[in-house]
Amino acid sequence: MIKSDIIIIGAGPIGLFTVFEAGLLKLRCHLIDALPQPGGQCSEIYPKKPIYDIPAYPEILAGELTNKLLEQCKQFQPGFTLGERAEEIKKDDDGVFTVTTNKGTIHKALVVAIAGGLGSFEPRKPQLDNISFYEDKGVEYIIKDPEIYRNKKIVIAGGGDSALDWSIFLANINADVTLVHRRNEFRGTLDSVEKVRDLKNQNKINIITPAEIVKLNGEEKLESVIISKDNVKNELKVDHFIPLFGLSPKLGPISNWGLAIEKNAIKVDTYDYQTNIPGIFAVGDINTYPGKLKLILCGFHEATLMCQSAYKIINPGKKHVLKYTTVTGIDGFDGTRKEAPKSVVQAINK
Amino acid sequence: MSDVKIKITDRQGKLHNVVAPIDMAMNVMEVIRSYELAPEGPIGVCGGMAMCASCQCYITSTHELPIMGDEEEAMLSEAFNVTEKSRLGCQISITKNLEGLEITIAPEE
Repeated sequence: MIKSDIIIIGAGPIGLFTVFEAGLLKLRCHLIDALPQPGGQCSEIYPKKPIYDIPAYPEILAGELTNKLLEQCKQFQPGFTLGERAEEIKKDDDGVFTVTTNKGTIHKALVVAIAGGLGSFEPRKPQLDNISFYEDKGVEYIIKDPEIYRNKKIVIAGGGDSALDWSIFLANINADVTLVHRRNEFRGTLDSVEKVRDLKNQNKINIITPAEIVKLNGEEKLESVIISKDNVKNELKVDHFIPLFGLSPKLGPISNWGLAIEKNAIKVDTYDYQTNIPGIFAVGDINTYPGKLKLILCGFHEATLMCQSAYKIINPGKKHVLKYTTVTGIDGFDGTRKEAPKSVVQAINK
Repeated sequence: MSDVKIKITDRQGKLHNVVAPIDMAMNVMEVIRSYELAPEGPIGVCGGMAMCASCQCYITSTHELPIMGDEEEAMLSEAFNVTEKSRLGCQISITKNLEGLEITIAPEE
């Protein structure tokens, strides 16, 4: 069980900046994110894209922004539960929230900040009849344990980096890999494309293009797939079918938490970005209110105001005042201290 | 004249006649969002970078459109419900020659 002052759901830019603002108020944070790395959309969808509307940065790459936010909040020692999706929330009689992930990790805190962006990123599933029946019975959208594919017959569908990279990896552990893609061209790094070509020339990967999987067969588990190429259908015996068509965000379980939802986003009060459930806040792209703009810079502002109310919930009745970091510096939870060098004052006419 | 008229059929099959400005650097996905013809979450997820297929549309009129770029073509090759008429709305800028454009928003994935 993980205890903190604030559970932040979503480790994107706004979640990371919440750690910093909370840290200034001596509040400890723990972040939960369905993705395996922090940064949210900035690291998952467009790490190499420049952003032009971050104040004081005429231009910054989304991946670089993530790194700088991680560096900025590092001294406040945030905890991370990555690769897990926040699934359930409960509030006990003492006002403590318990957030449990899909893998059963339990987190407790007095305040929950949902900074989930567009929701949790989930695999895009091909529209095939009965595909849900075969999930975990031969159909996997995410490769968790590559060892289970050793010496097995695998069909991977997709044309991006993950389809290429996993084809290479699995071919190298002696899986019998067939890569199926709708186009002849692949959308991956040159290095990956060349490696796949080499493996194909060595007969270690079978590539079928332009083609697609149109049907899945099997009694109790997946036994074969039907591949359509040039309108000709062929059956291929397989142990596993791994469609890798990228990720798309879904609001997911959060939509069942009793929160007021409007336009696929969580309604908040603009006083402090609190939701209809006291103690649960929503900041960044996941919230909505009159005049809402889905911009990173607006999320930073929302996170800052939110932390003021979070402080009052966590420390009822305890006074605090707004501090300027230029004046008081920053005391990290790791014992570090940042402060401006003291100026030297000397009289000229002595 | 700084507007064009566009016919958009939403995901429920309802036809909307909308007016889109040509001088605000808008694209078809943004026009759909600005008129709230599809909820913001399920359309324009990536913000217009051709990095998702949430704004896929079927172009049902015969207008000459901007040539499909590599990123758009690659994304549509992985999208679902793709037909010969499929384009990503975010990659079609609103220009005066789109007067009378007719589009249908593709189903949500």
